[in-house]
Amino acid sequence: MRELTKYSIEELSRLISRKEVSAAEVTQGYLDKIREKDGLIGAYITVTEEAALKKAAQVDRKIAAGEELSPLAGIPGGIKDNMCTNGVKTTCASKMLENFVPCYTSTAVERLEKMDYVMLGKVNMDEFAMGSSTENSAFKITRNPAAPDCVPGGSSGGSAAAVAAEEAAFTLGSDTGGSIRQPAAFCGVVGMKPTYGAVSRYGLVAFASSLDQIGPVTKNVTDNAIVLNAISAHDGLDATSIPGDRPDYTADIGKDVAGMRVGLPTEFFGEGISPEVKDAVMAAAKAYESLGCEIVELSLPSLDYALSAYYVISSAEASSNLARFDGIRYGYRSEKGATLDEVYRYSRTEGFGPEVQRRIMLGTFALSSGYYDAYYKKALQVRTLIMEEYRKSFETCQFILSPVAPTAAYRIGEKTENPIEMYMGDIYSVPVNIAGLPALSLPCGRTEDGRPIGMQLIGKPLSEGLLYRAGYAYEREFGGR
Amino acid sequence: MSGNLEVGEKMARNYEMVIGLEVHAELKTETKIFCGCSTKFGAEPNTQCCPVCMGMPGTLPVLNGKVVDYAVKAGLATNCTITTHSKQDRKNYFYPDLPKAYQISQYDLPLCEHGYIDISTGEGEKRIGITRIHIEEDAGKLVHHEKYGTMIDCNRCGVPLIEIVSEPDMRSAEEAVAYLEKLRAVIMYTGVADCRMQEGGFRCDVNLSVREKGAETFGTRTEMKNLNSFAFIAKAIDYEFKRQCETLENGGEIIQETRRFDPDTGKTYSMRVKEDANDYRYFPDPDLPYIDIPAEKLENLRGEIPVLPDERRRIYEEKYGIDRKTGGLITGDREVADFFEETASRTKYPKTAANLLTGEIFRLFSGEEREIRISGESLAAIADMAGDSYINSSTAKRLVREVWENGGDPMQIVRENDLAQINDEAVIRDKVLAALKERPKILEDYKKGKTSAAGALTGAVMGLTKNKANPEIVNRVVKEVLEG
Repeated sequence: MRELTKYSIEELSRLISRKEVSAAEVTQGYLDKIREKDGLIGAYITVTEEAALKKAAQVDRKIAAGEELSPLAGIPGGIKDNMCTNGVKTTCASKMLENFVPCYTSTAVERLEKMDYVMLGKVNMDEFAMGSSTENSAFKITRNPAAPDCVPGGSSGGSAAAVAAEEAAFTLGSDTGGSIRQPAAFCGVVGMKPTYGAVSRYGLVAFASSLDQIGPVTKNVTDNAIVLNAISAHDGLDATSIPGDRPDYTADIGKDVAGMRVGLPTEFFGEGISPEVKDAVMAAAKAYESLGCEIVELSLPSLDYALSAYYVISSAEASSNLARFDGIRYGYRSEKGATLDEVYRYSRTEGFGPEVQRRIMLGTFALSSGYYDAYYKKALQVRTLIMEEYRKSFETCQFILSPVAPTAAYRIGEKTENPIEMYMGDIYSVPVNIAGLPALSLPCGRTEDGRPIGMQLIGKPLSEGLLYRAGYAYEREFGGR
Repeated sequence: MSGNLEVGEKMARNYEMVIGLEVHAELKTETKIFCGCSTKFGAEPNTQCCPVCMGMPGTLPVLNGKVVDYAVKAGLATNCTITTHSKQDRKNYFYPDLPKAYQISQYDLPLCEHGYIDISTGEGEKRIGITRIHIEEDAGKLVHHEKYGTMIDCNRCGVPLIEIVSEPDMRSAEEAVAYLEKLRAVIMYTGVADCRMQEGGFRCDVNLSVREKGAETFGTRTEMKNLNSFAFIAKAIDYEFKRQCETLENGGEIIQETRRFDPDTGKTYSMRVKEDANDYRYFPDPDLPYIDIPAEKLENLRGEIPVLPDERRRIYEEKYGIDRKTGGLITGDREVADFFEETASRTKYPKTAANLLTGEIFRLFSGEEREIRISGESLAAIADMAGDSYINSSTAKRLVREVWENGGDPMQIVRENDLAQINDEAVIRDKVLAALKERPKILEDYKKGKTSAAGALTGAVMGLTKNKANPEIVNRVVKEVLEG
């Protein structure tokens, strides 16, 4: 038998239900792996070992009693530390919430709990999900398991690193401008940013409410669809949740893709992209051709404005969303404040890291009277343009193939001094959030020195099933981490 | 304040005040605007709140549909245009009673716009414009404790409010109060709010500026916040008008600021200067979709609006000949108007019933609570007896009080206590002569030209008859006897 942490969710689930291994053994296997590797990788902020073993034992009792099992029963997973977990610290990797223990659980996690998954712990991220390298965590650096001197990407760097290092069978991440897809690409795992509204945001500590979306990070495409099946549903606690039932996202996995039209947007292969990434994604296009797909060239001219629009909208919303962290009711409170204004000022200055403060100031400025029209309103207009361009694109193709990021993972510390350069790395991922579309990030090769390269498949709203089908077709023929 | 009378008179001649009012009325939904917590008033602190209304990280608001229905009804009742595609916006500011550090309100697309209500004052009828009505959430309450310092009670957080903004159409405290009374009545008629002022269910911010009479532009205004009694509002307006006039007369300048009215001194005090820096950075709340009101729904809500005070008053005037002032008093409160209509349907003398209602029953109301402790049937019976001259008016009033206090059947009370009016002129004449015999000085006084002596005799006669004599006949007979 292979090491348990190497198995996919599908395989583990079969082993558990056939009683070939116990849930406790699986969980212990992952806990051992965390103990072995996380000192180096640094994926976890909190490991909930005791609760995990207790939960696994509970699943084993269910098995012994012959109860019906869900596809995630006994499967160990990690949760990004911006999703609230009742009784378990939820820090958002911020000093501000270092000791914050919510008394409620986010809907996505609650759905996993109902399916008897085993929570291993809470994983690292950029503070309040702001960043692209997980270097903005207030607590620790996370290393890329595929290249330990490199960043794992961000903001869901812990989510991707944990799966890549086999420290979790799957994780949940959140994606506001690429925060699931880019770390998945950097670490060589599979990440899905679902359609806006597919997964409830209730209990996800908001960064940019109109862009945030929770999604799974997994070892392979099928696992990803299994987890999305678990977490995606209408939720009455989230007014932006899409009503109605969800399809079975695994249903079309295995069907062939011959005859599909794949869009290649020329703007995504222009200036700034590294040759290795470009070559890898072009090779993937060729691979799809060999599977019987037709490649069509597309133009998304508004891409030039997407990044600016993204940073205006996301920062504006963040400036308001993060205002509640004021040192009054919970979270960090400075000792220095003597007056109310000082309590606010010192608590927020000491509690938030520099990137978060930068975005709050940027967003506050963009919403200020006299500037609103020039920035926020303009950004919303760009948003409409981008949505329209995508809508038109999907008249000529079933899905779009593009790089996730212009480069593979870079060295730790390489871009921390230059925020703009860091922001530029989001150029291919943010338009998807702006348009509210689903996009699947999956490995499509490696650099010469072995760093993973990812591609993303972008579909029209609610086309996750089709993206999994297309992703799986590639993975089966050409994939392999 | 100099208190200089001359300045005061000059002010009144040269200046006029311009008043606009912002009213916050609490909607009486069972649950809060964005979560399922109860809105009930008076619970122990922090027992009616949850992660959502406390703005805990990751929680999201979900709009209570009733809030929209109620606000639309308030808009329809005040002749507003309803915005069928509106949105909610965040008003960002830091304060400890505001857990999210923003209030979810409505900025550029309020639910209701361009309405009006008609008021009547001593000066006559006037139409007051309503700029807008929007929905928003209430903030929490700060409780200052001697020992523990300032504490926060989140029970009010997320209680649904409508904010009703008037045009700057009012020119006196009397008009402002008339507007508020009428607005309160209309809203209460629709049943969407209780408007209990003592509980903060109906609070008023007054925006006031002064200008020289005939001027076209407005002066700089001040804002007086959270006034919760009509009497205070009138006092605050009068004081602030004088203060602003004096400031200008003395060559000073009005500063745009928020002022607090102190009921103990009757004066207003500066709270904070409203700087330009007070920028709320409104933007559409991304957690909440647009509010769409389908035409059918709008029509249904329109159908639920009851007959409103002005219309009722018109009907009373037309049908029962009740004067505008009395009609205005009766229709000021829906329960009272309903009670009157029930009474009117049972009596031959609705006008008599109306007078007993506004004359006697209004006196028996205690404070804000207008609980009517007499049935329409009883009041109708009393009005009938009075109208038929079976009892006189003072007995009628006495009966109202008696039934109010102790209950019982008015007719039976009259019979058992022998309260029927004495209409027999011969009996009355006997009583007049008897009274005069007891107090002969009355006749002397009368002969000397002291006309008030007649009144004294009438009073004496009423006393002798235990107030049961028909006053008209008494007056006539007294006059005849004194004239001799």
